[in-house]
Amino acid sequence: MKKYAFIIDIGKCENCHNCFLSCKDEHCGNNWPGYSTSQPLHGHRWLNIRQKERGVFPLIDIAYLPQPCMHCDDAPCVAAGNGAVQKREDGIVLIDPAKARGRKELLAACPYGAIWWNEEEQVPQKCTLCAHLLDDGWSVPRCVQACPTGALSIFHGDESELRQRVVDEELAILPEAAKLKGQPQCYYKNLYRYSHSFIAGSLAEKVGEIEDCVIGATVRLKKNAEVVAEQESDDFGDFKFDNLPENSGDYQIEIVRDGMVVRELSIDVVQSCSVSTIIL
Amino acid sequence: MLNLFSPAAKNVSGLFLKAMLKSLPALFRLKGLRYTSFSRRLAEKNISVLISIRDCGIQTAMRFKDGKVSAAKLCEEDADVHFIFNDCATVIKLMSKPGNYLGILNAMKNFRVDVRGPDQEVIWFVQTLKLLSPGDGTIAYGTDLGGGVTRYVNNTNGGPVFVHVKDGRILRITPIQFDESDGASWTIHARGRSFTPPRRGTINPYVFGLRSLIYSKDRLLYPMKRVDFNPDGERNPQNRGKSGYERITWDEALDIVAGEIRRVKKEHGPGAILNSSGSHHTWGNIGYWLSAKTRFMNSIGSSHVVHNPDSWEGWFWGAMHHWGNSVRNGASDTYGTIEDCLKEAEMIVFWSSDPESTSGVYGAFEGTVRRQWAKSLGIKMVHIDPYYNHTAALLGGKWIAPRPDTGNAMALGIAYVWITENLYDREYVAERTTGFEKWQAYILGETDGIPKTPEWQEAETNVPGRVVRSLARQWGSCKTYLSPGGLAGFGGACRCATGIEWARSMVCLMAMQGLGKPGVNVGCLQQGAPVDTHFYFPGYAEGGFSGDLDNTGLRLNMYQRMPQLPSMNPVSQIIPRLRIPEAILGESVEGYPTDPKSIEGQFRKFGYPAPGHSPIHLYYKYGGSHFGTMGDSNRYARAYRSDRLEFVVNQSIWFEGEAKFADILLPACTNFERWDIGETANSGGYSHHQFIQWNHRVITMQHKCIEPLGESRSDYQIFLDLAERLGLGNLFSEAMTELDWCRRLFDGSDLPGRVSWKQFLKKGYYVVPAPAEANRAPVSWRWFAEGRTKDVPELAPLPADYTSQWRKGLQTQSGKLEFESSSLKRFAPDDPERPPLPTYIPSWEGHHTKELYAKYPLNLISPHPRYSFHTMFDGKDSIINDVRDHRLLIDGYYYWIVRMNREDAQRRGIEHNSLVRMFNDRGEVVLAAQLTDRLPPGTVHSAEGSAIYEPLGEPGASPDRGGCINVLTPSRNIITRSHSTPSNTCLVQVEPWRPGGEA
Repeated sequence: MKKYAFIIDIGKCENCHNCFLSCKDEHCGNNWPGYSTSQPLHGHRWLNIRQKERGVFPLIDIAYLPQPCMHCDDAPCVAAGNGAVQKREDGIVLIDPAKARGRKELLAACPYGAIWWNEEEQVPQKCTLCAHLLDDGWSVPRCVQACPTGALSIFHGDESELRQRVVDEELAILPEAAKLKGQPQCYYKNLYRYSHSFIAGSLAEKVGEIEDCVIGATVRLKKNAEVVAEQESDDFGDFKFDNLPENSGDYQIEIVRDGMVVRELSIDVVQSCSVSTIIL
Repeated sequence: MLNLFSPAAKNVSGLFLKAMLKSLPALFRLKGLRYTSFSRRLAEKNISVLISIRDCGIQTAMRFKDGKVSAAKLCEEDADVHFIFNDCATVIKLMSKPGNYLGILNAMKNFRVDVRGPDQEVIWFVQTLKLLSPGDGTIAYGTDLGGGVTRYVNNTNGGPVFVHVKDGRILRITPIQFDESDGASWTIHARGRSFTPPRRGTINPYVFGLRSLIYSKDRLLYPMKRVDFNPDGERNPQNRGKSGYERITWDEALDIVAGEIRRVKKEHGPGAILNSSGSHHTWGNIGYWLSAKTRFMNSIGSSHVVHNPDSWEGWFWGAMHHWGNSVRNGASDTYGTIEDCLKEAEMIVFWSSDPESTSGVYGAFEGTVRRQWAKSLGIKMVHIDPYYNHTAALLGGKWIAPRPDTGNAMALGIAYVWITENLYDREYVAERTTGFEKWQAYILGETDGIPKTPEWQEAETNVPGRVVRSLARQWGSCKTYLSPGGLAGFGGACRCATGIEWARSMVCLMAMQGLGKPGVNVGCLQQGAPVDTHFYFPGYAEGGFSGDLDNTGLRLNMYQRMPQLPSMNPVSQIIPRLRIPEAILGESVEGYPTDPKSIEGQFRKFGYPAPGHSPIHLYYKYGGSHFGTMGDSNRYARAYRSDRLEFVVNQSIWFEGEAKFADILLPACTNFERWDIGETANSGGYSHHQFIQWNHRVITMQHKCIEPLGESRSDYQIFLDLAERLGLGNLFSEAMTELDWCRRLFDGSDLPGRVSWKQFLKKGYYVVPAPAEANRAPVSWRWFAEGRTKDVPELAPLPADYTSQWRKGLQTQSGKLEFESSSLKRFAPDDPERPPLPTYIPSWEGHHTKELYAKYPLNLISPHPRYSFHTMFDGKDSIINDVRDHRLLIDGYYYWIVRMNREDAQRRGIEHNSLVRMFNDRGEVVLAAQLTDRLPPGTVHSAEGSAIYEPLGEPGASPDRGGCINVLTPSRNIITRSHSTPSNTCLVQVEPWRPGGEA
């Protein structure tokens, strides 16, 4: 049986919210019998876009992480649901609105906060992966259709094929998922943009009266005296070492010009940091 | 050939016509027997109709009574409707060629055809007559998707859409996916790779909010009257914006409005009527404000409002004087630039340019994939913007953040490096430009003693000199595209106190780098797709059926292609839009016209009140946008409450903003509830060939997807209803329905021959196939760079505006790029605000205005909102409010957002997502603060475009918690000799909001 899974590229998400809004267009005020009751006009985020700003002005970047229901393989909500939540053979996890009526405790069952409470209807609700559309012949759910950048995509194939893609494309699950239950079936590409840290800086030097950017200097990143990365400062004298785990401790930066180490500094990485301009 | 006017022909045709006219009642009856819908229609009116053909003495009459049609004997006085034809020949001619609108109009203009009788009856009869053609009059449209769902098509500011409807209710609105039969896509081959756009249309986020907007609880569903407004008694203008409303009938509402139009014209003359609308409208060529509204306002006569070139400002008032392009309001054409950029460019400098947020106005996300291609090709990107914008965030590259309103200093610093390090195209400057030596002398400080070094600019912009020097060196040594604004000359930095000088410098920088050479051009892949520019379909600024040759682009193509009655406004009084409140309050104001015809068009100063004209006493407002979009917008609240304004009617879809200041509210429906026709991103004259920012040309039949909600009516219908009360119904409508006009516009375009009306009506869209590579538009400016005659497909400048010969050189007096402008030298050589040479003139509201800056130390920029189109998609209880970067829900209220630097916030004790008051001498707004490092210290960012104006106390004199940032922005002109908005020049202070603090 082919299964569905989300594959989301953080590197391509620009926070346009087309996914979030198309989800509302599909589900607010529309009942899909056998799948879901209508989403309230306000409040729910079946596709919740988290964001993370990294660094300090002016060396920053920002990442957006669209988070739908993870459609977990070992979904805690299914376990807690006592028949009110179903994991279909194709991987889609659905809450039965009739059976789940009044079951507010299901919200707490989800480790990812993906279930929302509909006060008026007294039902827990979440992303259905637009199963009513997929079953009707659509190839993708509304959010994927609406995505203009290719950040959101849907996988539909064999489990083994999915495993292979996870390896080939270095896909990862939510950073917190390792500690949580469920085996999420929502995979992220370029997740480091959200989950990891960078060290960035700018190199400058005095040339007579004025200051210039230092272009093409070698910048080394060391951890425990080992060189872990090396790059040249760019046309603006900037460097940026990315994909460092948060709270990963002390690093050393070495600036090398003409084969000589001209500057060394030590940085304790808690989260992304932009060092102030380094005047050589 | 038979001479229809010969006596013999007259006798024969007379006999024929007599017989035919006599058979008419029978034809009506037969049709009624066959089709119940037609028999129901016959029962709608009890009227008598007389048809006379004077030259052969024919008179035929018929009577419609209780659904029955019979021949009658009538004299002229007794007929409800009387059609008078001058001669048989005219009748035969018109009958022999149905749809010959030019023939009909010519006959009408020469009184060979005339009609007497109430408009409503005449229009009804003409429409009924048309239904005699075969069929039951119903039309097949839409695609059956099964399960009771029909797929219709419509169009929006943010792209074309499929609309799924079931049981008369909209289920969903989606982007359009093309099928195999739709027109082919283009492919660009660049650097060994091939790029073809996806076979679909993209749409903006706000388009997904439409269903919630159409069914919004804030929809105006019934005509309303302010409870304390009595046209025959107390009008209580001082209560506008405060009093409630009561429901009235359409007849009551229309009688009041028509009565007030008549009264004001009688008491003051038509010049006392003011009509204003936002710059934009729901999509479609027929219903657009430049079409239906313009025709109606011309029909009744009213003072025309001159829109300032609000999206172009610095380009219109500044750049135009250096490179011409008046037809584009001083912006650049961008033909062929996507292909050229992908093939040749090494770097793109985005300067005040965030196409991922502003979408080139109507481009949705069409440019995104092209910029992703550029990134994948390794084209370097630099983003100059006080805000780390969404384009920078998506694509990466160097972010340079100048203090707002100082960008021109950076431009001069760049020029300094190029001059002193010989990093510019000397040959190009020598051959294609004039006045460089003077600019060079200024840059080097020879004229004023101040060399414009990168270090000099640092004090203005706060950007380190080394960064500017580095940028200049890269730019001067590789092939670079400059994107000044979200399009090539648009928005952002051009709309501030230094915006005119900035835009002028942008032209000078490009002139130094060889504008038009391979890889050296303007744009950011947002515009310039190789679609078919030879296929003609009109854009909305071409005026639809407005009949207005003066204030729309009608005369260029459509007046010939879609003959229509001309509509001329008898009132010559005009009002600068930015001065509407002062005009209402009876002050004398002046303005300069937005006349794109020539460079000199903008020099012709005008005043209000015009000689012999009445000041404004009646305001016919279209929608509720001005509070959220016009500078110092509390002025409007104060003007509305003046007793000089005797009557205010607002025709609006939603109850919001200014609509809450009207005496009478006329509920208009959305374009999803009426017929229209339009091409995506085709704005016609506002930006010639703007559709080239779309990857495919998508022309849509805008289906009437659902019935108008409540008692709302289409704008067309409302104007027709009013026109009928004023005896102008026939002139306004030419007895056409909206669908008839769509058909006439279809026939006037290049669509017939490609697709039949029937197919087009059914499917709802047509994708124009990409042209053969040989037929792609050439690259803009290439002809100029290579010294050839102009070869891009635009009809501008006017032939007389070329100096040497047609199509040779630019529109400027020298025909070259001018560093020192000859038009400004002619107009006002000593104007310190706009000298002939672009210079750095510090902002009149910035860090140099010490006293003010001490009080209000934060620079506010207010770009366009990302999740709304101005006010159109904001508020109204739509799902857009749930976007956390649009509004933020705090204590049950959706607050507008201000973004500020963390340090600035910390110093003020402001926390993330907390409420703040932002204020200056002009007003105060309550907002939700988002703390960020996406802004340098000292700069705050809050978009314009709030649809909600909710003063906490007296309207016009208390804090607004709706989020109308424009309460704070200045209303003055950028420079005196202009009509311009400096919306990105605004000093403010921000403090934590303490509830009750408004007292």
